[in-house]
Amino acid sequence: MLYDSFFAVTDWLFGVSALLAIGLYLVGVYLSDRQERLRKWPRLRIVSWVSGAVLSASALVGPLAVLSHGNFIWHMAGHLLVGMLGPLLLALGAPMTLLLRTLPVRQARRVSRLLRSRLAGFYIHPVTAAVLNIGGLWLLYTTGLFAAMHHHLWLHILVHVHVFAAGYLFTVSMLYIDPVSRRFSYGYRTVVFILALAGHGILSKFLYAYSPHGVPVEEARAGAMLMYYGGDAVDLVIIVLLFRSWYLSSGSRRSAISPGVPVREMT
Amino acid sequence: MPKKHGVNWANRRKFQTKNLWAGILFGLGFVAFMDETVFHQLLHWHKFYDKSTVAMGLVSDGLFHAFSWFATVGGLYLVADLRRQDALWHKMFWGGKLVGGGAFQLYDGTIQHKVLRIHQIRYDVDIVPYDVVWNGSAIIMIAAGFLLIRSAKQDSRGAGQVKPHAV
Repeated sequence: MLYDSFFAVTDWLFGVSALLAIGLYLVGVYLSDRQERLRKWPRLRIVSWVSGAVLSASALVGPLAVLSHGNFIWHMAGHLLVGMLGPLLLALGAPMTLLLRTLPVRQARRVSRLLRSRLAGFYIHPVTAAVLNIGGLWLLYTTGLFAAMHHHLWLHILVHVHVFAAGYLFTVSMLYIDPVSRRFSYGYRTVVFILALAGHGILSKFLYAYSPHGVPVEEARAGAMLMYYGGDAVDLVIIVLLFRSWYLSSGSRRSAISPGVPVREMT
Repeated sequence: MPKKHGVNWANRRKFQTKNLWAGILFGLGFVAFMDETVFHQLLHWHKFYDKSTVAMGLVSDGLFHAFSWFATVGGLYLVADLRRQDALWHKMFWGGKLVGGGAFQLYDGTIQHKVLRIHQIRYDVDIVPYDVVWNGSAIIMIAAGFLLIRSAKQDSRGAGQVKPHAV
């Protein structure tokens, strides 16, 4: 009975948030597309945003939420959706660009001022985002937090909001799809990303060796392997996108320096 | 635009190091990927985690695994970049690939397997022949890579001499 009320609260909270996110985004697309001078908002971004919201919420609402409560493998599957795949798809939807397009000029200026603020700059810094993301996971799985989360509703909500927010923050600190106040070089982001992915992999193997409190060994091992390989798969997409934009930007820089002049053989 | 005829030696020479690094990175990433696919997933010889692993082993394994993912993708983007500048030099790239792949395999076979004890090649067998083949093939790869790089450099010098000097 306690469990029923527990899930009723989280279903409502996360379900309504996801529906709101989808609804507001679609309203934004409608308003943006009505402006003649702007190009039509890309379909792919809409698909990406909606599927990101649905996948993130699917781990926290309904059957998967119940399953992941009692089983570490399902918990890990949910974690991959809420903390990695969902945020990536949402980030690819470029919500901030849409917001800035849709708002009236005065409000848009206010938002962009907020994005340029020192606090926003701190959070979007690749190192901060990586520490919040990977550090948070180490804290969750290597301390009593994981067990406590299953007994306190507020902690359960807080942990999942953190995992999601940190996953989103990490994605947007690596891929600049939306405008950011300060762009770190590709090399810098790559180094931070390698360390973060290593931290994720090391934690997975650590969990394989030392199962979190209250989790049966076999379940912990399967969950840890899912975390390891699933994390690799999602991060591979981010790596490809990061290097792709590096490749494209170095190409356009070069052609800006010497447009159309091929490198000649020296004589 | 890549030229249809002839080899652009000037561009190859200009981007010699980039060709080499593209190979080293891709070779390293490719061998790490094969290790994961063949020995972990298909043969199930390697273990995901072996209880004798030292703490440093987990860190080294994690860093190398993460790095190899980036190296594979990055190496391929470097190839794309070289192609776009008409500077891809297959022999140099292959030389780098063999050196990078061999170096990773040797590091994996000596430091990671033996010193840090991440896992062994196979369990419940006499491990010596496996270790010899593993590390021996790594050394052969590295040697072959260096020979290819040397031969590529000779090609480049030869191409310079043949060309008539227009003064």
